[in-house]
Amino acid sequence: MIGVVDYGLGNVLAIINIYKRLEVPVCLVKSVSDFRLITHFIIPGVGSFDHALMRLNRSGMRLELSNAINSGLPVLGICVGMQLMANSSEEGTLSGLGWIPGSVKRFDNNNSSSHFISVPHLGWNDIVAIDHPLFHGIDNARFYFLHSYYFSPQYDHHVLAKTTNGISFAAAVGSHNCYGVQFHPEKSHQYGIQLLRNFSLLR
Amino acid sequence: MLRPRVIPCLLIRSGGLVKTIKFSDPKYLGDPLNAVRIFNEKYVDELIVIDIDATVKQSEPNYPLIRAIASECCMPLCYCGGITTVDQIERIIGLGVEKIGLSSILTHNPRIIEQAAASVGSQSILAVIDVKKVPPFGFYQVFTHNATRNSRLDPLRLARLVESLGAGEILLNSIDRDGTMKGYDTDILQAIRDVVSLPITILGGAGTLDHIKSLFDRFGLVGAAAGSIFVFKGNYRAVLLQYPSPSEKESLYSIM
Repeated sequence: MIGVVDYGLGNVLAIINIYKRLEVPVCLVKSVSDFRLITHFIIPGVGSFDHALMRLNRSGMRLELSNAINSGLPVLGICVGMQLMANSSEEGTLSGLGWIPGSVKRFDNNNSSSHFISVPHLGWNDIVAIDHPLFHGIDNARFYFLHSYYFSPQYDHHVLAKTTNGISFAAAVGSHNCYGVQFHPEKSHQYGIQLLRNFSLLR
Repeated sequence: MLRPRVIPCLLIRSGGLVKTIKFSDPKYLGDPLNAVRIFNEKYVDELIVIDIDATVKQSEPNYPLIRAIASECCMPLCYCGGITTVDQIERIIGLGVEKIGLSSILTHNPRIIEQAAASVGSQSILAVIDVKKVPPFGFYQVFTHNATRNSRLDPLRLARLVESLGAGEILLNSIDRDGTMKGYDTDILQAIRDVVSLPITILGGAGTLDHIKSLFDRFGLVGAAAGSIFVFKGNYRAVLLQYPSPSEKESLYSIM
């Protein structure tokens, strides 16, 4: 069963609805008592880094989520849910979850020579992905992005997909069973639906 | 490549879908949920839903309807109408809406942007600026309450203010062009773009895909929102929900 972590942020309903249409068992996870049947966790997120972390801390699920990852269950962070997996963010002062080594940086539109930088990075953009089960069956992939900060992983081999906004940056990251996408699959029509289906098939 | 966005804008009045001309004469089009389903199947880039009753009637947002719309959308959704508190913003974001448009509240409590951005993030806060040229000199001024109240604010000043307070995007809405299908008011768009670096979406006046194409040709990354062109067909304004196909859309930004 897919568990969508509901800590008061992010579009949990859109994700639930997509899995229902795909006839993949899914439920909301609001507290540790909901963890029992979950095989895959999704951590959505919108908003600011510190606010999201505080919400996650307050939900009482942070430690159990770390345990779930350590036990090998696939976890997918979306947007800020992905950024939380880093060690730190320029957007906030709190320490991140540290599940995927790296830091979150702000797009710098003052210091960029490129005219093609948009802050926030807002809209549909192409991505180029490595051959990874998460992106199987997605051709000419384009996804909806809405963010002003991006995940900069410490190790290049943790980048699963890239896109550009003035600079090239990670559209998706992955380390072991821990994954993150900067875009919103739940808001990216058929491309996002396929990605969410692929995630549910990861073992 | 990041693409400019083509965005249907749906107006809600008394729970029904309507379309206005110059913010008046709302014509009933049908069931909003049905429209959202159709636009979802057409893979629209984004959807804007504006409740044009909410501020005028000073009513709470219609949460059940917003929730139902949000759960149908596999694309980004922006809701506008009657928002006056951060609590309302948090609640609507919790229903599965990506962006919240603030309008009349900005004319007397713009600092709500700061508080809202601290909670849900700048990227989710859209500042809606309804502009109208006011005689005798034709200065642009910001109107509220379905264009019935002139706030006497200068749209350029308001645009700079909302940017400094942390809004993530501006929706620039031309009252004079609404429903006329005569083309966008690019003068005011240029003026606003010259004073802010925020992403801007323009609404009001699109009557053909060429209007959208010439907007993209001139302004590059900008949101093109429209009502009439996506809900009416022909001179008799027969109701037909439509949206450019993927290849038609590619041709709109072919020169980028």
